[in-house]
Amino acid sequence: MSESPEEVRDHIKLYWKIGIALLVLTVVTVAVSYIEFAVPMAILVALIIAGTKGSLVASYFMHLIGERKSIYWALLLTVFFFLVLIIIPILGHTDTYGVHKTMPNANAPAAEAHD
Amino acid sequence: MEIPYVVDERADTGLTNVKLGIWLFLASEVMLFGGLFSTYILLRINAIEWPFGADILSVPIGAFNTVVLILSSVTMVLCYAALKLDDFSGYKRYMGMTVGLAVLFLVVKSYEYYDKFSHGDVPAVSTYLAIYFTLTGLHALHIVGGVIVNGYFLGPGSKLWHANRQQFINRIEAAGLYWHFVDLVWIFLFPVLYLL
Amino acid sequence: MTTTEQAAHAEHGHEHAHAHEDLGFLQTYVFSVDHKVIGIQYAVTGLLFLLFGFGLMMVMRWQLAYPFQPIPIIGGLLGDTRAPGGIMLPEFYNQLGAMHGTIMVFLGVVPLAVGGFGNFVLPLQIGAPDMAFPKLNMASYWSFFLGGVVMLASFVVPGGAANSGWTSYAPLSVIATTGQTMWLVGMIFLITSSLLGSVNFIVTTVQLRAPGLSFFRLPFFVWAQLVTSFLLLLAFPPLEAAGVLQLMDRVAGTSFFMPSGLVVGDAALEISGGGSPLLWQHLFWFLAHPEVYVLILPAMGIVGEILANNTRKPIWGYRVLVASVIFLGFMSFVVWAHHMFMTGMGTTMSSFFQTTTMIISIPSVVILSAFLLSLYGGSIRYTVPMLFALAFLPMFAIGGLTGLPLGLAAPDIHLHDTYYVIGHFHYVVAPGTVLALLGGIYYWFPKATGRKMNDLLGRIHFWGSFVTINIVFFPMLIQGLSGMNRRMADGGLEYTMNQDVLVWNTVISWGAWGLALFQLPFIFNFFWSIKKGEEVGANPWNATTLEWSAPSPPPHGNFTTPPSVHRGPYEYNVPGVEADFVMQAEADGSQAEPAKA
Repeated sequence: MSESPEEVRDHIKLYWKIGIALLVLTVVTVAVSYIEFAVPMAILVALIIAGTKGSLVASYFMHLIGERKSIYWALLLTVFFFLVLIIIPILGHTDTYGVHKTMPNANAPAAEAHD
Repeated sequence: MEIPYVVDERADTGLTNVKLGIWLFLASEVMLFGGLFSTYILLRINAIEWPFGADILSVPIGAFNTVVLILSSVTMVLCYAALKLDDFSGYKRYMGMTVGLAVLFLVVKSYEYYDKFSHGDVPAVSTYLAIYFTLTGLHALHIVGGVIVNGYFLGPGSKLWHANRQQFINRIEAAGLYWHFVDLVWIFLFPVLYLL
Repeated sequence: MTTTEQAAHAEHGHEHAHAHEDLGFLQTYVFSVDHKVIGIQYAVTGLLFLLFGFGLMMVMRWQLAYPFQPIPIIGGLLGDTRAPGGIMLPEFYNQLGAMHGTIMVFLGVVPLAVGGFGNFVLPLQIGAPDMAFPKLNMASYWSFFLGGVVMLASFVVPGGAANSGWTSYAPLSVIATTGQTMWLVGMIFLITSSLLGSVNFIVTTVQLRAPGLSFFRLPFFVWAQLVTSFLLLLAFPPLEAAGVLQLMDRVAGTSFFMPSGLVVGDAALEISGGGSPLLWQHLFWFLAHPEVYVLILPAMGIVGEILANNTRKPIWGYRVLVASVIFLGFMSFVVWAHHMFMTGMGTTMSSFFQTTTMIISIPSVVILSAFLLSLYGGSIRYTVPMLFALAFLPMFAIGGLTGLPLGLAAPDIHLHDTYYVIGHFHYVVAPGTVLALLGGIYYWFPKATGRKMNDLLGRIHFWGSFVTINIVFFPMLIQGLSGMNRRMADGGLEYTMNQDVLVWNTVISWGAWGLALFQLPFIFNFFWSIKKGEEVGANPWNATTLEWSAPSPPPHGNFTTPPSVHRGPYEYNVPGVEADFVMQAEADGSQAEPAKA
């Protein structure tokens, strides 16, 4: 809370470095998207880069590094339920009675060919 | 009796009220966007065809807006650091830049929306556009909220600095946490909607 | 830092001067930031909505008991779009059903249990001067109020109120009349209100506990409210997201919940399609199952307080209770799809969710057992609040046990969407939660007003309600087991299989009207006692927790001297201590044992 002015000035330098890293990673993620990966690979790469950027913001700009334990616990709980919210509906989608049929999408021209 | 721990931290939790409050609020925001991301994934695996974002949206504009938001996050954390150095004019400068960049983001976003609407690409056209407009629209509303809060602390709210410095720093820290979170959401939205 | 501190002191002094100013009527009673006033506002508004929701149900019960006969008394007032000639249209029946559920859950029980009791009691019980964010507290009440107004206003728009059930399943809700849009807007206000409130409760509990009040000295009610707040905080946002998506579907013509190839009234809908109706159910029940625990946990908290106070002994297994409540809250996030066994979900998912559902029944049973064991060996005082708390135990047990067959996928195939489901969850919420909440009103009324409610009227209210409420809900279990479907505007008249159980429809309806009759003593008692009730001091029940150390009614800022806590919450008849009870704030005898875990 009460850092000395020198510490704060050190932090400011760090903030600039993090900012530059975030900008570089933005360029990287755009550049990578021009490489024709298979879709799962592209998703993986994009999410890894976004995850890195996100954790940089959370750790340094939001000062999560060095934050109190109670905040960690609250966030850990949130992350767990976030994953439940994301994963279980997807599992439910893959686990259904019979063959899963999707009706042709009205604006998908290739729908007939797909079947 | 005064409400305690508005200015100083409680010894056993090490937190001020506002800091715990803003983190809990952000936790609920995570779940809000979690519901929408879950929707995105389910719609996408459900779809027969899912368009490639870059074919519909403009990647340069999206990337530009990403840069704008990242810069605004940097200026936000710098204005917080300026306050800690007792540099009030520095705070005003950086906070002004943060608000300015946020407005720039909204202007660019409005142009993007206008461009889409004028080409008939409205939310009703496909589930991709539907989730695109919903996610970015809700995010833009969060930006508007941030502009209002930060604008308040730039203008009338900054009087508190002269009355109670520590309380003002606490408030700017909370506003900053919110603002970085909005930036963080965009960091995920950009690749998910534009690049995949 | 010295300048900062001086500035802080200057600010404090400044605010202190303000607190003593006369605030005027509006700021004292309407736009108040005092947690006690806001709590009472929540409680009174919640009670009014409970009465209104009950009123909707009484009209529905007429239709079920005497299908398509003119409704007496109010039939002529409903108008031709609802009940031409006093005979209820099926469309209006659907509106009443949807709005009864919505109003009871979101505008009645939650505001009373969390907004009312939480706001009034929690800061007092932890020795805080107010909630952590008083202005936010006021904002959450008014957001709730606005949501309620939008919901009520939806009755008069063309097509009437929402009519797709309180669950608002898509695609039916997406193609429904304007009332559904109002429902969604109203829900967004209500959700915002709950979110702001839950942040406030958690921060208050964590930050504003009095010195010496460690987490394991918190009264059980505070624990229940804390877990409830976490449920609201993390489960409501996905429903808010779902509400926004359904609003987009209705207003912007998107297809989040609309599958391709949907035909309505012989015509294909002009939508892009590709959406998933199941997605709505997932997002809805991700909230709505934890919501069940939002309804029940505060009630358990109230029952715990009343039991300890009236058995004159500590609650049995305080730490076990706390652990159970935390575990219950945690598990409530991973059971939601047991509402969806009939949607074509596969066996793996069904097995997973029925397993978690069986697991979540364990902490519920632990809590109930601990309450029952608390009675053993106690010198029980049969006060009015105690009667309600005692009634809660068997009622919640019936509600919980009837839930087990529904939580297993195989019997659920038979029972799904029958009156058995209605009987089950009403046993949890109405004879369970609502009775406990009424007990809570009798218990804390002296704290809020400085006067006790009349004892005789309270007993008439209790016994009348207890008998009639069982006449209402027990026959529903019988009807449901014989296969009678819910949500039918004629009460299942047309089906051969229902003929044997149709007679219960009339019995239930008379039970419901009787139940209404027995609320009259309560309503009279409530207003009469504010002015004429027996005056009492700070601690009329000889209770131990902190709220009874404050004057009745507590002044602005609550405590005359800042309290500090020296012991656990339920020190009744502690061995080696002369007094019948030792209050948490009492300093002497600090060598007395801590509350038995």
